[in-house]
Amino acid sequence: MEKKKTISVIVENHPGVLARIAGLFSSRNFNIESLAVGETEDPSTSRMTIVATGDELVLEQIIKQLNKLIDTLKVIDMSKEDYVERELALIKINIENKNLTDLMHIINIFKGKVLDTGSDSLIVEITGNDERINSFIHLTQTFGIKEMVRTGVVALTRSKKQKE
Amino acid sequence: MRGAKILLESLKKEGVDTIFGYPGGVLLPLFDEIYNEKQIKFFLVRHEQGAAHMADGYARSTGKVGVCLATSGPGATNLVTGIATAYMDSIPIVALTGQVATSHIGNDAFQEADITGITRPIVKHNYLVREAKEIPQIVKNAFYIASTGRPGPVLIDLPKNVLAGNIDEFIYPDSPDLRGYKPKYEPNKLQIKKAVELIEKAKKPVVYAGGGVIASSASEELVKFVEKIEAPVTTTLLGIGAVPYNHPLYLGMLGMHGTKYANYTIQDSDLIIAIGARFDDRVTGDVKTFAPHADIIHIDIDPTSISKIIKVDIPIVGDAKNVLKELLQEVKQIRHPEWIEKVMQWKKQYPLTFSCAKEGLKPQMIIEKISELAGEDAIIATEVGQNQMWTAQFYKFSKPRKFLSSGGLGTMGYGFPAAIGAQVANPDKLVIDIAGDGSIQMNIQELATAVKYNLPVKVAILNNGWLGMVRQWQELFFGKRYSHVDISGSVDFVKLAEAYGAKGFRVTKEDEVEKVLKEAFNIKKPVLIDFHICEEANVWPMVPAGGSLHKMLEGSELA
Ligand SMILES: Cc1ncc(C[n+]2csc(CCOP(=O)(O)OP(=O)(O)O)c2C)c(N)n1
Repeated sequence: MEKKKTISVIVENHPGVLARIAGLFSSRNFNIESLAVGETEDPSTSRMTIVATGDELVLEQIIKQLNKLIDTLKVIDMSKEDYVERELALIKINIENKNLTDLMHIINIFKGKVLDTGSDSLIVEITGNDERINSFIHLTQTFGIKEMVRTGVVALTRSKKQKE
Repeated sequence: MRGAKILLESLKKEGVDTIFGYPGGVLLPLFDEIYNEKQIKFFLVRHEQGAAHMADGYARSTGKVGVCLATSGPGATNLVTGIATAYMDSIPIVALTGQVATSHIGNDAFQEADITGITRPIVKHNYLVREAKEIPQIVKNAFYIASTGRPGPVLIDLPKNVLAGNIDEFIYPDSPDLRGYKPKYEPNKLQIKKAVELIEKAKKPVVYAGGGVIASSASEELVKFVEKIEAPVTTTLLGIGAVPYNHPLYLGMLGMHGTKYANYTIQDSDLIIAIGARFDDRVTGDVKTFAPHADIIHIDIDPTSISKIIKVDIPIVGDAKNVLKELLQEVKQIRHPEWIEKVMQWKKQYPLTFSCAKEGLKPQMIIEKISELAGEDAIIATEVGQNQMWTAQFYKFSKPRKFLSSGGLGTMGYGFPAAIGAQVANPDKLVIDIAGDGSIQMNIQELATAVKYNLPVKVAILNNGWLGMVRQWQELFFGKRYSHVDISGSVDFVKLAEAYGAKGFRVTKEDEVEKVLKEAFNIKKPVLIDFHICEEANVWPMVPAGGSLHKMLEGSELA
């Protein structure tokens, strides 16, 4: 059965590391839904958040293969943790001959921000988990989405609630 | 000190005594240093692919890291097949390549190739060195990575200005600097306990051992283990030599061209203990029908090998030798008289046999003769195709590290340079490449290398005039439509040997086989023997690709 998994990978901040990870996914025929890369609190490392799909064996392989790379310091299977995840999307929505009140209403419900307004379209920023962004896209599709970009999911495990 | 000198000093710190390589423009500063080098022996090859396979043969026959060197661009790309061959079979080599100056990288400079990019999927790791001062640590890391955990090739790309650059002082680090790389050698105790329970419960256990047993030098422990639990044992192509051929519990190789009795044993077993093997498709055939009643314990140092193809019941991550030692300590002595009797019955009933309808020498007989005359310390390389499978089936190996063959990649042209590399590492041993007439032509230029350095490698060409293995498939599965597999009359191998300054023999009659082999083994220079074998001899038995292990084709049944 196909499943989706969010995986965090802490890697050495070396040239070529991104190519190694991306190459791993293509050469091993793994499906990657999104990949977000950025610096961490330690400048010698970067953190990649990968959303991958596959059956149980494949997802297990993905985690092992990521671990096997020499430049990998740590792989965290977020699905085994309590974690928060967010993604940001910028969406350019058509407003020509459209009911702006309806649109603003949807944007408000999703706590979106209007970043830019033009005569025929406006750019909205939405953050949330994957599901939330998808439903926003779904609701605004009737207006016409002219362009869209998504950052890919980033995730962190939650802080401990009580001192142990 | 110059970068080139730092490199050589670093290699010496790693115990390197041999480099196989070929020069070129960006390597001039390095070759200028090699010119003065006394401790490291340099072997000039005739094609960089040869250098990579020689480093591989050196490594397989000794367990040490093999080193090869090529210039930037075409030199580096010529290494690729050799690197991929070593990667697929987990062989420790370090490949050094020249690169254009760092200021030129990315400009499509003369003889520039992005070799770290090209080799990324076929190395355990690779490095592009940016400054001369990085050389010692990178060399340290590279040798550590290549030789530990699951071994494999590591490439170091060395730009011209790095080799020519200067640093004040040479300090070699004591340890690698690799915070993300920690191979796990010691097995988890709980997993050992679970495995022991399963082993003691099993009625029909079988051990399936691969190249990992040889890599971890665990042959002795393996034999003790199968004796203690009284389990029959079969090996993969790369596991050949892990158990002596004449051990009563040994079933030979399993899989596509394995013995019937090995395959039947696997299919009927209720427990498979896989050690340092990876359930390759040439071993399992159709995964859905593979060993339908068996639980699986899988011991491997590489976690990615486990549950990659088949979901296993008890994974044990660790070094084969350590795991076997633990198991030997924990498991009680067990006997399975009924199971062993059943397996021995198969062994008696379905021996490997051979015949050939047409005239010509029987290749299997030649291999048996070589085996008889060469002695148990001889090192045997093979090419790829029928020659390789016949050798795996009929040669009697008593010890590990005596059989060098490209299993995972199946590289024609591997055997001859690998034999040369093994001869360099084992100057006093008899080293023989058992070849096909197709494969030998893929790296025949290395005959010049063998002659030049007086390396007395023997090549036994099983000359059938065909790309035999492909012809066999066309015969069996494509209605004898022999499309582009006829290579008869390629060359006069005897004259070819002589042209290179080697010795050549041609053998067409059965009663000459022994005489010529004996004579050849006594000649202290490279010898090529052209055996004219029965043209359409096939490798039997055979599981067709994707078929089930218990459904083996047999030549006599088809005729
Ligand atoms: C480099 C390379 N090219 C192609 C193949 C595909 N292939 C596998 S076996 C074979 C024929 C080998 O012929 P030969 O060396 O004469 O050996 P034989 O099978 O006749 O013993 C071929 C072409 C290969 N394994 N390697």
